[in-house]
Amino acid sequence: MSQTILRTEQLKAFYVLDVYGTQKVVKAVDGVDLDIRENEVYGIAGESGCGKTTLLKALAAAIEPPLRLIGGKVIYRVATGDEVNAEPLSLLSMPDAAVDRYLTDGEIDVACLSAEAKRRLRWRYISYVPQGSMSVLNPVAKLKDTYRDFIESHVSGKTRRDAFQLAKEHIVELGLPLEILDAYPHQLSGGMRQRVTIALAALLKPRIIIGDEPTTALDVVVQRGVVQLLKEIQRKLENTIVLVTHDMGVQANIADRVGIMYAGKIVEEATTKTIFDEPFHPYTQYLISSLPRFGDKSPRESVPGSPPSLLDPPSGCPFHPRCPHTMDLCAEQMPDHVRLDASHRVACWLTGAG
Amino acid sequence: MDKVLEVDQLTKVFSLGNMLSRVRITATDHVSFYVKPAEIFALAGESGCGKTTTARMVMGFEAPTSGTIYYRGERAARKEKVWLTRGTQVIFQDPFGTFNPLRTVDSYFFETVHNYRLAGGKKEAIGLIDQKLRAVGLSYDEFSGKYPSEFSGGQLQRISISRALLTNPTLLIADEPVSMVDASLRMSIVNLFKKLKEELGVSVLYITHDLATAYYVSDRIAVMFRGNIVEMGPVEQVLMDPKHPYTRLLRESIPEADPNKRWSGVVKLTELEQQEYLRQGCRFAGRCPVFMEVCRGQAPADVQIGDLLVKCHKYT
Repeated sequence: MSQTILRTEQLKAFYVLDVYGTQKVVKAVDGVDLDIRENEVYGIAGESGCGKTTLLKALAAAIEPPLRLIGGKVIYRVATGDEVNAEPLSLLSMPDAAVDRYLTDGEIDVACLSAEAKRRLRWRYISYVPQGSMSVLNPVAKLKDTYRDFIESHVSGKTRRDAFQLAKEHIVELGLPLEILDAYPHQLSGGMRQRVTIALAALLKPRIIIGDEPTTALDVVVQRGVVQLLKEIQRKLENTIVLVTHDMGVQANIADRVGIMYAGKIVEEATTKTIFDEPFHPYTQYLISSLPRFGDKSPRESVPGSPPSLLDPPSGCPFHPRCPHTMDLCAEQMPDHVRLDASHRVACWLTGAG
Repeated sequence: MDKVLEVDQLTKVFSLGNMLSRVRITATDHVSFYVKPAEIFALAGESGCGKTTTARMVMGFEAPTSGTIYYRGERAARKEKVWLTRGTQVIFQDPFGTFNPLRTVDSYFFETVHNYRLAGGKKEAIGLIDQKLRAVGLSYDEFSGKYPSEFSGGQLQRISISRALLTNPTLLIADEPVSMVDASLRMSIVNLFKKLKEELGVSVLYITHDLATAYYVSDRIAVMFRGNIVEMGPVEQVLMDPKHPYTRLLRESIPEADPNKRWSGVVKLTELEQQEYLRQGCRFAGRCPVFMEVCRGQAPADVQIGDLLVKCHKYT
């Protein structure tokens, strides 16, 4: 099993809002433990408003008010001794030597990093493709200028020509047409813009790429092209991709392991095959069984009830008001994660724990 | 055979650009199809294939360049709008955009009741509204006086369908009704269409890009590509054994929820959309895996194979 590259410990990130003098707390990420390894595609699935995007923001160390880190840690493994990871380490320790103090076993708590150190890590160690990334490109700059800005601000000592050359090589390598460098974003289709944004995120060969719903709002054929591009990047760089999407079909196609998120918590995590073949948590079972499949017209049921509000989540296990197997215990206490086997863990009282 | 809706040779041409460089795009090109009573007919295709333009013309929001639309055998243009909308109701894509956030949801119901003079008094109106809400699994008490923000997307979409049912329509036109609804609640909407079809005999024109739900819910399907219907027929035949190379590509590109069936092979993506619209001959020729010389020069005609209609030179 490959080494951990990114992990969280009981991560809690809440939105703290002040509405007319009363404080409202949205528990978007509530006690998440993740252990994401090198050279894998980790998928996070769940319905909208379950905290997926907030979790990604925390992973990318992009926490800004009103989002606050309430508890827990996000930990990057920046040094493992091998060559690939030596670079981020040197990047880190150059500007502020104090960082060395926080480094234990090559791991670093992101909360200790200075803004400058975070900036240096971004795009070279971890890059983030935000949701709706079709609109992140500057509409009044040609793509080659966007590429140049990007390279100049993250790589030192590159001349204009070198930067342009690097962008060109990168685009050819990923099979995108070269003419796009001379185009403005509005001249490209949504799918092409999405692929350019992903290509941009992979330009500096980061160890981790975080993608937030990169294929949503795209047509199926274009979606396939984007997934193809992500797979290609992952194969070439042998890095880690954390992919958030609610589309279980995409998860089945690309992810190695999948975590199912519900109301700010990871309720089940397993290899993709296990999640689809033997889901344990009732929520996962609903998610999988409600998917329409070709060649099978038998009736499918949605998850009953409505998604919970994160402002006032249900007590105990947040799924208990919608769960068909609910017990008294479920309303009282949130179950801990139980390992069903080495890679399959689930938080549900039905496992018999407690 | 009765037809609730029949569309005959419908064409819409849009002009782009200024006076000096004008480009004419045929958004829908002689599209013909019909919807039978108590049938779910899916109009499927990717964005930019002309399915929304077709829908807008059917709904009467857009005047066709040529071609005719018949509702229950009568020509739409000759009939007044009230007659038209009473029998045909529309459900839009975005449930959050359907309702004004500053108005309570029930006000829309009373407005519809008022506009079509469906009830004599307030009590009768409430009874009618409650009855229609129960058809979609809600009730008047849990919804009166509430604002759109108090419902989830799935609930709002069901409310929107229930409002459409007030006039006892024979045809519902649903433009991408599930694409903005959460994946976990999607099936509740799709199942509702099935139920309405079976219990109330309502026909549905289901416009979607999601072939998986189209397969699940519809009886017949038409696949559109760049303004043409390239394949039309019973959903089992079209999606389980596609004849047209484009339908095949679409079918293969749907991510199946099965980790054992991952995509292999490289997909060729579209050039510019406009180029494909302006292409002479078959518009799919630029990406077609079974391209022949004849495809470049000549547009293929419709070929009837059993129940199936295919627009491809391979079968001529």
